[in-house]
Amino acid sequence: MDLLALLVTPLAGAIVLAWSGAGRRAPEVNAAFSLGTFAAACALAWQVATHGEATFANDQFFIDPFNAFLVALTAFVGLTTSLFSRPYMRIEAADRRVTPGGLRLYHAMYQLFIGTMLLALTTNNLGLMWVAMEAATLSTVLLVALYRTPAALEAGWKYFILCGVGIAQALFGTILLYIAAERVLGAQGVGALLWTHLDAVKGQLEPRVLSIAFVFLLVGYGTKTGLVPLHNWLPDAHAEGPTPISAVLSGLLLNVAIYAVVRCKVLVEGSLHSAWPGRMLIGFGLVSVAVASFSLWRQRDIKRLFAFSSIEHMGLVAFAFGMGGPIANFAALLHMTVHSLTKSAIFFAAGHAAQKSGSQSIDRIRGLATVSPTVGWGLMIGALAILGVPPFGVFASEFLILTTAMRDHPWATPILLLSFAVAFAAIFSRVQSMVFGDTTLRRLPHSPALLPVFVHLGLVLMLGLYIPPFLATWYGAAARLIGGGG
Amino acid sequence: MGQTPFVMQLLDTLAALLLLLSFAMLAQRRVATLVELFALQGGVLCAATLLLAWRTGEENLLLSAALTFGVKVLALPWLLRRMIRRLGVYWDTDPLLNIPGTMLVGVLIVVFSFGLAQPISALASTATRSAIGIAVAVILLAFLTMITRRKAMSQVVGFLSMENGLFFGAMSATYGMPMVVELGVALDVLVAMLVLGVFFFQIREQFDSLDLDRLESHQGGR
Repeated sequence: MDLLALLVTPLAGAIVLAWSGAGRRAPEVNAAFSLGTFAAACALAWQVATHGEATFANDQFFIDPFNAFLVALTAFVGLTTSLFSRPYMRIEAADRRVTPGGLRLYHAMYQLFIGTMLLALTTNNLGLMWVAMEAATLSTVLLVALYRTPAALEAGWKYFILCGVGIAQALFGTILLYIAAERVLGAQGVGALLWTHLDAVKGQLEPRVLSIAFVFLLVGYGTKTGLVPLHNWLPDAHAEGPTPISAVLSGLLLNVAIYAVVRCKVLVEGSLHSAWPGRMLIGFGLVSVAVASFSLWRQRDIKRLFAFSSIEHMGLVAFAFGMGGPIANFAALLHMTVHSLTKSAIFFAAGHAAQKSGSQSIDRIRGLATVSPTVGWGLMIGALAILGVPPFGVFASEFLILTTAMRDHPWATPILLLSFAVAFAAIFSRVQSMVFGDTTLRRLPHSPALLPVFVHLGLVLMLGLYIPPFLATWYGAAARLIGGGG
Repeated sequence: MGQTPFVMQLLDTLAALLLLLSFAMLAQRRVATLVELFALQGGVLCAATLLLAWRTGEENLLLSAALTFGVKVLALPWLLRRMIRRLGVYWDTDPLLNIPGTMLVGVLIVVFSFGLAQPISALASTATRSAIGIAVAVILLAFLTMITRRKAMSQVVGFLSMENGLFFGAMSATYGMPMVVELGVALDVLVAMLVLGVFFFQIREQFDSLDLDRLESHQGGR
């Protein structure tokens, strides 16, 4: 019942907003539907916390500790982003950067995007997961190109074609998985693509086919995760779209993509009885961390800067899942949560900062703290949190990942430490110049919504100091489920 | 379930035809002809699915044949033709690699594909063993088509042809994916085309051209 509400609410929202998305109260309607989705997600999470995992509709859908917290997180960030987008999109409309038609498209697609991500998270069917991931891309392509500037159109095209080709590889991987599964579960086997069924028989799946399948799945979903060298679309898509979309792309879509990679990795590792898939993730992850943090130095655009930071953090998550074992998995799950909260908060603040200066160029944003202390300090605290300064949650997860790396893969530690230092210097110097100093910024026609920024950062701070028991239980159970490690 | 070798041979012929059409698309520079070749490829795919449905008696395959016919033979080519007419793109500009060179790379890809498909074919006990190698080859050739073209339209046809290869692989190795997945994939492809339709008009409004070289000169602050 809760699951049905969770999936139907955004869909209903999309239909309603497709008709009335340009209306005067459309931003509130959007937020109301997001609130409904969040309520359903909470009910579902409560059910998992009290009754344990469950499957629905002939095992077609399932919820376990691994996706329960992601569902709650997705619905939560979906809600706060819709709150942030109320004044943000009104200012964009007042500046005539977006037409009423564009606004209608924006609101309808926003709901559809959240809905497809929730579908991808809760479906037990790996084929349906692929369909939902592709639908998530499609629903945001036109939003990335919403402003119709040459750069925005290029970003939209790149996003469409690179993610499209990438995800086609993932479909091939899924087909290969199905071929192997059919041998074990029978022809037209009921549930030959259902993850829980596959997980039960993973030891019997043909290893050679599964290893080929994993390469395709990793390349496919890895493209969507933004792993280097498949990350080319990500900075453009994050920089050119409206800021609420940057926030949900970075905070949520990347999480869903890495979720898909990890689900596949569990099956392949179970079949191969070796840590080879994990080592692939370690390789991709480390390269992403290193390349992204050095690329930070070359960024002149505030949203592009934080887009590269997302690549870095997704690389770190991939690295941690690659190492496997209870502690690294726990850290990776925590890192997914805190990165998502922090990064979306940063995008909220950065979005308003860019509106105030009328430009996303870092050089033109000056003295935020003087004009608008909340935006300025929101950006500063957010940046410190994402850079892993204690006592924020990012510090806790990065510390766990680093200590596990020192124990299991000592050769990787210097690379990680150097990358962290480089990223710190690059982001901190830029944010500092934007927050302090003289200013030429303007006042905004609608007062910005900064509550979400501080709610997010407050949660990240809390997770750094204290993880609620139910969340810790989920992380622990999910970490055992993911397994791996030697 | 007549295991007549004739049916098998027919299926192999259709698979070969699919590969041949991929090569034809690789060499074709007229965008309108590219679309016709794509429609033809959809037709061959549909015929192969029907043949397999008749041989195995799987009702699912009949449905997916109907789906292929509706989406890939009728709907998509119709949309593409309409776009070509309204956008006025007829010729692709010089491909990045000349045609003989592209063909040579294509041949290497086919050899590689059969090598890659070896372990998978050994596992798939179903219809045809060569089919998986051909499916991989079609996918990779479509990929090659995409990366050697400059017009957005040709890239899209390459993208759709890649999906044909995927579909053929799934069908020949496992008698098709579960129905809900096939329906979902078909829906995604259709929606993708509609999104692209809107997108192309926006691009042309901005650039007066669908030449991707122009698009790439507008990269944001890098």
